[in-house]
Order: sequence, then structure tokens, then C-alpha cells
Amino acid sequence: MLTRRGLITSGAGLALAGSGLRLAPSEAAAGPLDLPAALPEGARSNAVLDALPGKKPLIKLSYRPPNYETPLEYFRTAITPNDAFFVRYHLSNIPEVDVRTWKIAVGGEGANGQAEFTLDDLKQLPSAELAAVNLCSGNRRGLFQPHVPGVEWGYGAMGCARWKGARLKDLLDKVGLKKEAIEILFDGADSGVSDKTPDFVKSIPTWKAVEDTTLVAYEMNGAPLPHLNGFPARLIVPGWTGTYWMKHLTTIKALTKPEASFWMNPAYRIPLGKFPLVARFTSQETAVNTPITEIVVNSLITDPLDGANVRMGPITVGGIAWDGGYGISSVEVSSDGGKTWMAATLGEDLGRFAFRTFSYDLLAKAAGKQTVMARATNKIGQTQTSELIHNPAGYHHNVVHSVTFNVA
Amino acid sequence: MRALIIALAAATIALPSAAEERPVELKKAPGLDKVEGNCSGCHSLDYIAMNSPFPNAALWDAEVAKMIKAFGAPVSDADAKVIADYLKANYGS
Repeated sequence: MLTRRGLITSGAGLALAGSGLRLAPSEAAAGPLDLPAALPEGARSNAVLDALPGKKPLIKLSYRPPNYETPLEYFRTAITPNDAFFVRYHLSNIPEVDVRTWKIAVGGEGANGQAEFTLDDLKQLPSAELAAVNLCSGNRRGLFQPHVPGVEWGYGAMGCARWKGARLKDLLDKVGLKKEAIEILFDGADSGVSDKTPDFVKSIPTWKAVEDTTLVAYEMNGAPLPHLNGFPARLIVPGWTGTYWMKHLTTIKALTKPEASFWMNPAYRIPLGKFPLVARFTSQETAVNTPITEIVVNSLITDPLDGANVRMGPITVGGIAWDGGYGISSVEVSSDGGKTWMAATLGEDLGRFAFRTFSYDLLAKAAGKQTVMARATNKIGQTQTSELIHNPAGYHHNVVHSVTFNVA
Repeated sequence: MRALIIALAAATIALPSAAEERPVELKKAPGLDKVEGNCSGCHSLDYIAMNSPFPNAALWDAEVAKMIKAFGAPVSDADAKVIADYLKANYGS
């Protein structure tokens, strides 16, 4: 059956349609959108700039559940503002959490006991703060050729914030883990419209859960989490893709058997052996695939933007680079189609999990089109790929980014 | 049920947490009523336009089957066929 809340939310569009308040697509757009040409045609024509409550206008890919990506202009700094941070939900029922009654229940058959934590309880625990990239597993899915189904993201399903909260291991220590606890499972307050839709729950291996950097965060860039980024508390799994960063966290369970529900398998899987990854999730591996884990090394040019007009003369190529937590060691820029590469200057180091800005001074000598490319390498020697590593779900797109601008 | 939906909708628009969802107009063609009636309960219809026009017939069949089998969408066999035919004819390759 469908729940009442689902009917209510879903009804809004129908009711407007029935009352004659239709908006033509051009009227719905709040401003011009420069979307990558490689996106599916329907994704390009369907996207609009739209402001969710508490948010600046972001690029709307779907209204319900809300999937909104951050425009490229916000990636010129290493920290992404809260009101421009991307929004990604799998399921459409997203309750406003009342902090007076909200709590996180911790337990499970892999734990020795049970405990509950209110927001005040979390704040009583020793706090930790770190800058980390939250990146949707499917970021850049829309650029896949051939296209694969899903939310057809461009470049902006990611952001970097300073997350402050309690260490997950301190919550787990309150209940005590049995030695059989192989995974830690997380659930949030959101749910599907139909009670037959699998609830969005995710697990991570216990070794990752007890790392000092895995947090239950209640602050983002010095402010409470925005509702649409997981208020009042969400999981922070630095280095790993956003699928594990459970929003509106309500339940933490220690498991003695691998979690087998839909969102762990078949969802969020990558083929075995195709990607050069270090972090493994062995309790979930099969003969053919494995859960996505750490973020692949990547970079993005944000200045000039693709298609921009620039004056002839000296210009600065700028952007950001990031990886799964090993740290960026270099970014190289090429202005001759990848034949030669020059080292860019790296900006401030906000930590191994954060965006790292880079810049490279270039002389735009001739009028006409100029293409520049950027390629990041991390401290364990991993670098970006020149050809897409295709996979059915559209994950881990880290093809060298290229922009073409007009010099005049 | 449609009357119920419309009646309930009025109460929603004031909710601060709800996105101001604009109507998504799909192509007017046979089967659109089944698409609107069955699909929009769980997700906005921009999911369809966004994922087009690249899917071939087999992919649209697989997507409709996934909504029913994996996500539990309560869609009759007859409606599922009408929906898949609409998607292939209007949003397929």
C-alpha cells in the first residue's frame, strides 16, 4: 500500500496540473543552464535551476525524490557552502526530524548491549572535525557512453565540507562489539512511499566503522546540518562514496552476517577487478562484483568553464582535485591535447579527505578555441584514466577532465 | 483515488519541507494516463524524461520490471505493458 504522506506529496503535481496552473518548461527554468553536451538529451532538456527550501538554486534533475546537483561555480573553493551543497535521496518520504524526540538506537546481534543517543548525548561525546568530500557514487553517470539508466548526474553530485560530530567508535564502545561483528548497519528516517519498497539501509565493514575518522556528524561548516543534507545527524565515511553517508541517522546495528538487502546487493556494485582500489569490503564480495568503496582519484577544472570567453593574454586555469583519502600529490595541466603535461600549483591542504585546489598560469596566445585538460595523481600513485571504465551502474567516472574555451 | 490525491494535495503545499514540485509534462500519447496513475505515486515523472531517449525496448522493459519487482510498485500486468509500450514509443531509442 501507499502511505498517506506519499499520496500527499505525489498529489501536488497532479493537483496543479488539474487546476490549470501549468508551467511551460521555459517558464520553469530559473536561469540559463550550461549542462555538459554529453548528458542524455532528455536530461539536458529536463533539468532546471530550482531552489529547495534553505538552498540556493541548484540543478534539478528530479523533484521527488529530490536529486539536485551543485553548479560548477561553487567548486572554485575547497569548501562547498551548505546552501549550495548537492541533494540526493533514493526514497520520497523525507520527514522533518523533531530533535526533541529524535534519537539514534545502537545495538544489534553483534553488540553486547543497546544504547540510545539524543542530539545532546552526541554532543557530550568527544568531538572531532574534519574536511571531507561527500561524492555520490554516480557522479558523472550522465557522461557515460553508452548511457546507463539512473540519475543522470553531470559533475556536481559532490561537495566538500567540514564535518563535526562524535566518532562512531565512541557510540559503538558504549554498547561493546562482539568479535563476530563483521558489518555495521545504518538506517535513516527517510522511507519509500510503498511499504514494499526496500528501506534505504547500508552497511560498512567493522574495520571502517571504527576508524577515528568515521563520524556521526551534527555540524557542517560550523552550522547544524541542513535538513536536506541529513539533519540532525548523518554518518561521515571519509574517503568512501556518499551511499554510505546515511542521512537523518536513526539506527546503528552491529551485524554478525553480511547485510543482504537490496541497497547492498544488487545496488551499488562494481565489477571485480576493473578499478584500482585498495579498500575492500570482503564480507560483501561475490565472484563477480563488490560494493563500491573508496572514491577514485579525480579532478575538475572550474575556471575557465567549458565554453567561456576569455581575453587573449595571461590566464589562470583553476580547479579542484580529490581522492579516497590518500591525499593528492600532484595535478598536471595540458594545453596541447595531452601531449605534454605541466605541474599545477596546489592550494591549501585541508586534509587528505578534502578537495585540494590547484591553479596553473597559461598564456592564451592565439584567438580561437583553446582546450585544457587536468589530471590528478594521489600519494599512492593512482591517477585518472584517459578512457572511461564502463560499468553497468555508471560509477567511478574519473576520465581526465577537459574544457574548451574561446580566446578573443 | 485521484479525487483523494487532489483533496490531500492542498494541505501539502504549505509544508516548508516539501519541495515546490512543478508538474512534469510528458508527451501526450496513448498510455500516458497509466504512466501518471502508476508511476507518480512514488517518484516525479522527470525520472522518465531524464533517462531518455537512449533506452532500447529491452531496457525500458527492465526498468518497468525493476519498479514492480525490486521496488514493490503496485502495478497490474496489463498496466505494466501499457506503460512499457508508452516508454518505448515516446522515450526510447
